Amino acid sequence: MRKMTKAGWATMIGMIALAILPPYFLLTGQAFYVDLATRLVILGIAAVSLNLILGYGGMVSFGHAAFIGLGAYAVGITSYHATWGGFDLIASYNGLLQLILALSISAIYALVTGAISLRTKGVYFLMITMAFGQMAFFLFQSLDVYNGDDGLTIDVRSELPFINLDSPMQLYILSYVSLAVAMLLVKTIVNSRFGMVLQGAKDNNERMVTLGYNTYFYRLAAYVISGVMCGYAGFLLGNFTTFISPDMMHWTRSGELMFMVILGGTSTALGPTLGSSIFILLEEILSSITLYWHLPFGVILIVVVMFVRGGLMGLFKGKGE
Amino acid sequence: MAPLLKVKGLMKSFGGVTATDNVDLDVIKGEIHAIIGPNGAGKTTLISQLSGALKPDAGTVLLNGSDITNKPAYKRAKLGITRSFQITSLVMGMSVLDNVALAVQANDGHSYRFLKPARKIAHIRDKAMENLIKVGLRKRANDATSALSHGEHRQMEIAIALASEAELMLLDEPMAGLGPEESALLVAFLKELKGQRTILLIEHDMDAVFALADRISVLVYGQIIATGLPDEIRSNDAVRHAYLGEE
Amino acid sequence: MDYTLLFAQVLNGLQLGLLLFLVASGLTLVFGILDFVNLAHGSIYMVGAFICASLTLLVGNFLLAVLIALPLTGLVGYAVERVVARKLYDKDHLDHVLGTFGLVLVLDTLAQIIWGPAGITVPLPAWLNGQVELFDGALIPSFRLLIIGTGLVVAGGLFWLVNYTRLGMLIRAGASNRTMVSALGIDIQFLFALVFALGAVLAGLAGMLISPITGTSIGMGGQIIITAFVVIIIGGVGSMKGAFIAALLIGLIDTLGRSFLDTLFALVMSENAAETAAPAIAAMMIYILMAIVLVVKPQGLFPPKVR
Repeated sequence: MRKMTKAGWATMIGMIALAILPPYFLLTGQAFYVDLATRLVILGIAAVSLNLILGYGGMVSFGHAAFIGLGAYAVGITSYHATWGGFDLIASYNGLLQLILALSISAIYALVTGAISLRTKGVYFLMITMAFGQMAFFLFQSLDVYNGDDGLTIDVRSELPFINLDSPMQLYILSYVSLAVAMLLVKTIVNSRFGMVLQGAKDNNERMVTLGYNTYFYRLAAYVISGVMCGYAGFLLGNFTTFISPDMMHWTRSGELMFMVILGGTSTALGPTLGSSIFILLEEILSSITLYWHLPFGVILIVVVMFVRGGLMGLFKGKGE
Repeated sequence: MAPLLKVKGLMKSFGGVTATDNVDLDVIKGEIHAIIGPNGAGKTTLISQLSGALKPDAGTVLLNGSDITNKPAYKRAKLGITRSFQITSLVMGMSVLDNVALAVQANDGHSYRFLKPARKIAHIRDKAMENLIKVGLRKRANDATSALSHGEHRQMEIAIALASEAELMLLDEPMAGLGPEESALLVAFLKELKGQRTILLIEHDMDAVFALADRISVLVYGQIIATGLPDEIRSNDAVRHAYLGEE
Repeated sequence: MDYTLLFAQVLNGLQLGLLLFLVASGLTLVFGILDFVNLAHGSIYMVGAFICASLTLLVGNFLLAVLIALPLTGLVGYAVERVVARKLYDKDHLDHVLGTFGLVLVLDTLAQIIWGPAGITVPLPAWLNGQVELFDGALIPSFRLLIIGTGLVVAGGLFWLVNYTRLGMLIRAGASNRTMVSALGIDIQFLFALVFALGAVLAGLAGMLISPITGTSIGMGGQIIITAFVVIIIGGVGSMKGAFIAALLIGLIDTLGRSFLDTLFALVMSENAAETAAPAIAAMMIYILMAIVLVVKPQGLFPPKVR
C-alpha cells in the first residue's frame, strides 16, 4: 500500500466531515445547516462532473448549468403534469422514471451539443458551450406552459423505493452517497485506459492522434458522461429546492460552477467538492452581511484567478508531487 | 515486390508556395529509405501528409496497395503508420512510462475490463518498459516527462514509435539536437532495427543517412530530383549541384 | 402577408443587427489584438447606458448626454484595463473568462448600488420621438433611423480602421502576437489600453442607443454578451467583416423569427400548437443557426487566416 498523500488525507478528512456534521446539526436542531450542507453536496456533484471534462479533459465547458436545469425540469415537468393533468405519457411522481428521463435527456443534449462544440477547441469551445447553455435557458423561459421565467413549484417530490425525499436527512444521505460515488466514478474513469487517453489528449492531442486514438470520440464520450452526472445533480437539486426556474441554467450559474472547480483545484479528487463548499459558505456568509454580496464575491473571484495557482488543493501538494 | 508505401503525384501548396510538387515515392518493405534535402524543401510537409496530419491538394497515398489518401491520422496509425516529430511531441504532464504505455495501449485491442486502472495492467506496462529498456531509458521510466533532457526526449520518441508496433515508421529528424555520442548510439540502434521495420527517415546528418539508408530520395523545392542507392546519390550530378555540392 | 409590417420588422432587425455589431466589434478588437476574452464587455455596455441615462436626466438632452457619456465609458474601459484586464493577459483564456466573470459581478453590483435595482427610462427629445414616412404608409420611428444611421457610420469607420491603418493591419494579421506589435515600435501597454477603451466606447454606444427604447436595467449586459458571442462565433472569432455580416444576419433572423414564426407555423400545424412552438423555436433560432454554421464551418464564416 502506497503512503497516502497530503491531498489524499485532505480528501478523506473533508468527506468524513461532510458525513458527520449534518446529522449532528440535525440532532441539535439546527436544520438550517442541513439545508446548507445538502445544497453544497449537490452542487459538489455538479462540480465533480465538470472537473472530469474541464480538469482532466481540458474542455472548458461554460454551459454546464444547462444540465442541472434539464435534470431538475425532468422532475418538475413530470410532477407538474401528474398534479395538474395533461401530457399523460410522462405525467408521474415515480422517481425512477423521472431519473431515467433526467439522465437520458441530459445524455441526448450532451451528445448533440457536444458533437458540434467538440469540432472546435479552446476559446471557441468555451463560447459555444456557453451559447448552447443559454439556448436551453431561453427555451425554458419561452415555455409559458411551465410559467416561463417565473418557474415551477414542485408540489410532490420524486417517489423512490426505500428513500423518502421529504425527509431532509434522507435527502442529505442520498446526496452525500451520490457525491461519494461520483468522486469514485471520476477517479476510476480518470485512471482507466480511457482516462489516460483523455488526459493525454488534453496535454498533446496531435501525439494521441498519431498513436491511433480518435480523440474526438474520447472527448465526446467524456462530455456525455459528465453531462449525465450533472443532470443527476439537477434531479437532486429539483427535489431539494422544490422550485425550479430557467435561472438555474443562466450562464452566470455555469460560471459559478466553473469557479467552484477552479477555486478548489482542477484535476484533483476533492478540489471540486472543496470549491463548492467554500463557494456556498462564502455566499451564505457574505449575503448575511450585505445585500450587495456579489461585489466582494466578484473581487474574491478576481483575486483567486490572479493569485491562487492550482486552486486550494494546490496548497496541499507537497514539493515532490 | 509491391512497395509498402506508394505515393503518386502528391501536391500541396500553402497560399501560392508549393511545398510538395508532384511527388512520387516508393518505400519498400523492410528498407530504411532516407529523404534528404535542403531546409525548406518540404520534408516535414511530406511526412505530415503521409501521417494524415495534413491533407494533400492532389495525389494518392497507398499503403499495402489500399488507398489511404483521405483517411484521418488516427486511422492511418491503426493501419500501421507511426511518426516521430522533429520538434519533440510528448505528453509532458505524464511519466515517461505512461507515454510509452499509451502507445502500447493503442494497439492492445478492446478489453471488457475497461474500468481497470490503466497503470495496473501488467502486459501493457511490461511491454512499455521493454521498449524503454531498448532505448536505454530504464532508469527514467517513472520520472515526469517534463524533467527529461532533450536527448532523452528524442529517445522517448523512438521508444514510442517502437511501442506502437507500426509497420512503417516515419522519423522526422530523430537526431536533431543530439550530441555526437547520442547520435552515434541512435544510429547503432536504428541499424539493429533494420529489416524488422520499414523506416522513412528524414535527416540532416549526412553521416547518419549514409550509414543507415538502403535508398535515398532527394527532395528539393518540393520535388524529388533523384532516388537511388546511396552510392548513386553520392555520384549524381544533379544532386551534387542542388544539394551535396554545397560542401 | 402584411408588407408594411414586414418592412418595419426588417428595419427593426437591421437596427438590432447594427447594435449587436457595435458590441461584437469591441469584442473582436479586444480578442483580435489582445487575445483577451472579455465577459465583462456586456457590463460595460450596461454601464454606458446607465451613465448616459443619468446624464440625460441631468442635462435634459439625450444627444448631449451621449456625447459626454462616450468618453466617460471609455474611461471606465481604460480603468478596467489598468486594474484587472492587464494583469490577466499573460494567463490562459480560462483565467480571462473567470477573472472577467468576477468583473461582471463587481460592475453589475456597483451599478445596482449607484443606480438602484429598478433601471431608468430614458426620454427622447421631441424631434427624435416622432415618425418618418419613408414611403406610402411605411412609418418608421425617427429614433430607429438614427440608430441605423449611427450603426452604419460606425461600421464604416471601423472598416476604415481595419483596412487602412496600422492598427487595422495588426487586427487583420490576427496579431495576438505581442512581439510582432512591439517590433513595430509601438508602446504596447498604451496601445492595449487604447484598444480596450475603444471597445468599451463601442459597447457603451450600443447601450446608450438601445436605452431610450428598452430603458436601462442591471441584467442588460448579461443578455447581450451571449448574443454577441454567438455573433463572433458565426462570423469567425477575430474577424471584423465576419462580425458585421453575422450581426446583421442574427438581428434579422431573431427579429423576423419572433414576429412571423407563429404565422408560418400556423400554416402547417394547429393554431394552438403553433402558439406554443413558435416562441420556443424563435428563442432558440440564433443558436440553431450557430449550430448549423459550425457543422459546416467549425471556424465560423470568415475564419482569421493566422491563428
